[in-house]
Amino acid sequence: MIDALMVAPIAVPLLGAVAYLLIGWRPATAWLAAASAALVLAAALALAVTRSGHGARTGLDGQILADPLSEFMLIVIGAVGLLATAASPAWLRGEIAAGRATARTAARHSVLVQLFLAAMAAAVLAASLGIVWVAIEGTTIVTAFLVGQRRTRQAAEAAWKYVMICSTGIAIALLGILVLNAAAAHAGIPAGLDLAHLAAAAPRLDRGVTRIAVALLIIGFGTKAGLAPLHAWLPDAHGQAPAPVSALMSGVLLSVAFYAILRVKAIADPALGTGYCRSLLAVLAIASLALAASLLIGQRDYKRMLAYSSIEHMGLLALGAAAGSAAAIAAVLLHMLGHGLAKGSLFVSAGKVLQVTGTHRVDGVRGLSARTPLLAGCVGFGVLALIGFPPFSLFASELGIARAGFATGLGWVTALALVLVLVIAAALLTHVSRMLLGTPAGPAAERAGAGLAPAAIALTACAVLGVYAGPLTTLLHAAAATITGTP
Amino acid sequence: MPTATYVELLNLACGALLATAVLILWRRQFAAIIRWFGVQGVALAALAALLAIRGHDARLGAVAAGVFALRAVALPWLLRRALARAEAAALQPQRETRPLVNVTASLLAAAVLTLLAYAVSRPLTALTPDSPAAHAIPLGMAVVLIGFFALVTRRRALAQVTSFLLMDNGITAVGLLTTASTSLIVELGVSLDVLLAVGVLQVLTGRLRETFGSTDLDELRELHD
Repeated sequence: MIDALMVAPIAVPLLGAVAYLLIGWRPATAWLAAASAALVLAAALALAVTRSGHGARTGLDGQILADPLSEFMLIVIGAVGLLATAASPAWLRGEIAAGRATARTAARHSVLVQLFLAAMAAAVLAASLGIVWVAIEGTTIVTAFLVGQRRTRQAAEAAWKYVMICSTGIAIALLGILVLNAAAAHAGIPAGLDLAHLAAAAPRLDRGVTRIAVALLIIGFGTKAGLAPLHAWLPDAHGQAPAPVSALMSGVLLSVAFYAILRVKAIADPALGTGYCRSLLAVLAIASLALAASLLIGQRDYKRMLAYSSIEHMGLLALGAAAGSAAAIAAVLLHMLGHGLAKGSLFVSAGKVLQVTGTHRVDGVRGLSARTPLLAGCVGFGVLALIGFPPFSLFASELGIARAGFATGLGWVTALALVLVLVIAAALLTHVSRMLLGTPAGPAAERAGAGLAPAAIALTACAVLGVYAGPLTTLLHAAAATITGTP
Repeated sequence: MPTATYVELLNLACGALLATAVLILWRRQFAAIIRWFGVQGVALAALAALLAIRGHDARLGAVAAGVFALRAVALPWLLRRALARAEAAALQPQRETRPLVNVTASLLAAAVLTLLAYAVSRPLTALTPDSPAAHAIPLGMAVVLIGFFALVTRRRALAQVTSFLLMDNGITAVGLLTTASTSLIVELGVSLDVLLAVGVLQVLTGRLRETFGSTDLDELRELHD
C-alpha cells in the first residue's frame, strides 16, 4: 500500500503523458492533467498521513526514499501542480482562440507538463544524490521546449539561455557529486551516493575533499534554484514560458532545486561543521536579494517582475537555510509552499492579464480593477501575499526566517536582508498599483474571470495556512529534523 | 599489466585529454573542433578501458564501451549533422569568427587554468596518495576549467555546445580517475541526460537560425534589463 503511494507521484504523471501522447488534446482530455496532479497531491497527503511519526522508508529496491522532507516536497509539487494544471484548460482555450496555439501544440504542452511533474516527483523521491541530479537535469530537458513554445525570437533566446546556463550549472553539481563520491568511497560508505548513508556517515568524510564537493554542489544546484550569481536564465525563461508553465517553474521547480541544496546541507553540516554552508548560503542569499531589489525598482515587464521576485524568495530560503536551526528549516519549508501557491496564482493571473491586454509591459496595463475586477483582485491579493502581508502564510514564514536569523547570530545579514525585502515590497506595490489603478486602457473585458478559480482557491489556501497550519506543523517539524539531524 | 606500463598508458591517455582540450580551444573551424572532440572521446574511452583492465572490473569495461559509443561516436555525429545543416543553410564553412578572447590569450589562459586545476585538486590527490590515477585528477579538472573558459568566450551556438561537452568530458574523466564507482543507474541516467541535452540544444540551434537568421549569440539581445 505504502509502496504504491510512493510510486504513484512518479507513475501517475507518466501515465498522463502517455495518455496525452496517444489521445491528444481535446475537450474530453483537457482536465486529465489536473486529475493527474490531483492524484499526485492525494498520494502525497495520504503518504504523509499514513506515515506520520515514522522515519525514512525506502522502496523499489532501495531506489526511492520517503521521509518527512520528501513527503512535504511532494505536497508542494502536488498543490502547485494542481493549481497550474487546473488553470491550463482555460489558458489553452484562450491561446487556441487567439490563434497562438493549435490542438497539436496543446497536446505537446500537456505531455511535457506531465513529464515535468513526474521528473520533479522523482527528484524529491530519489534515494540517491545521483538520481536527484538526473531528475533535476531531466526537468531542464522537458521544460526547454515549454519555454520556447511560442517560437518567437524572444522565446528562442530564452530557451537557449535556459538550457545552456542550467545545464552548465548542473554540470558543476555533477562534478561535486563525483568528488563527494570519491570522499564517500574513501570513508568506506557503501553504495556511494545514498542520501541516508551519506548523512549518517558524514563525520567520517575527508574534510578537504568534502569542502570542494559542497561548494560545487551548492553553486550548481543554486543555478537551477535561481540564486545569484548564476541566475541570468531565470527572468528570461520565466518571462517567456507559457503562464501555467511559469507558475510551475517559479512555484515548484526552484523549490525542488533548493530541496537538493537542503539535502547537501544535511551531509555537509556533520562533515564540516555548520559554519561552511552557512557562510556560503548567506553570501548567495544577500547577493540574490540585492540583485532582485536593484532590478525590480525599474522593472517594466510584469512577468519579469514576478521572476525577479522569485529570485528574492529563493534568497530568503537561502537565508533561512544559512540560519540552519530546526525552526529556520521549518520556516523555509513553509515558505516554499506559501511562495509556490502565491507565485503560482500570480503567474496564472499574469497569463490572463496578457491574454486580456496583449502586452507584457507594466505601463501598458492601466485600470485593470475597472476592466476586470476579479482578475485585478487576484493580482492584488497575490502581490500582497508575496510581500508577506498577514494573514498569508508568507508573513509567518518570513517572520520565522528572520527570527531564526537573529537567534543564530546572523543578525547583520538578516537586518540587511530585511531592508532589501522592504525595498522589494515597495517596488512591487508601486508597479502593481500602476497596473490596477488609473484610467482603464481599454474597454471592460468579457469573461476575463473564467479560469481564475484555481488562482483564487490557491490564494485562499495560502491565507488559511498563515492562520492555521494544523497537522502540517507536525510534518514541517519532522521534515526540518531530517535536515538538522535533531529529533 | 605491469605497473610501469599502466602508469605510462594512464599518463598518455590523460595527456591526450588535455592536449585535445587545448586544441579545441585553439582551433576556430567547427569541422576541426568536432574532429578533435571525437579524438578526445576516444582518449576518454581508452582511459576507462585502461582502468577496467587494471582493476579487472567488468562493469567499468561496460562503462568504457558506453563512453566510446556516446562520446566518440554519437555526440560527434550529432555535432557533425548540426554543422552540415548550418553549412547547407549558410553555404559557407562555419567557423568561430570573433571569440571574445583571441587565440594567444586563450592559450595562456589554458596554461593558467591548468595550474589552477593542480592547486584546486590537491585534497583529492592527497586522498589516495599511492594511486597513479589520483595523480592524474588535476588533468581532468584542467579539462573542466578549459571547457568552462571556452563556454564563456565562444559566441557561436555550435561552439558553445562543443565547449559544454568538453567540460562534460572533463567531469567524466574526474569521475573515472577518482576510481570510486557509482551505481550503474546513475551512470546511465547521466549519459542519457547529456545526450538529450545535446539533442535539445541542437533543435534550439535550428530555431535560433530560423528566427535570428544566424547562430551568433551576440544577436541575442531581445531580453535584458
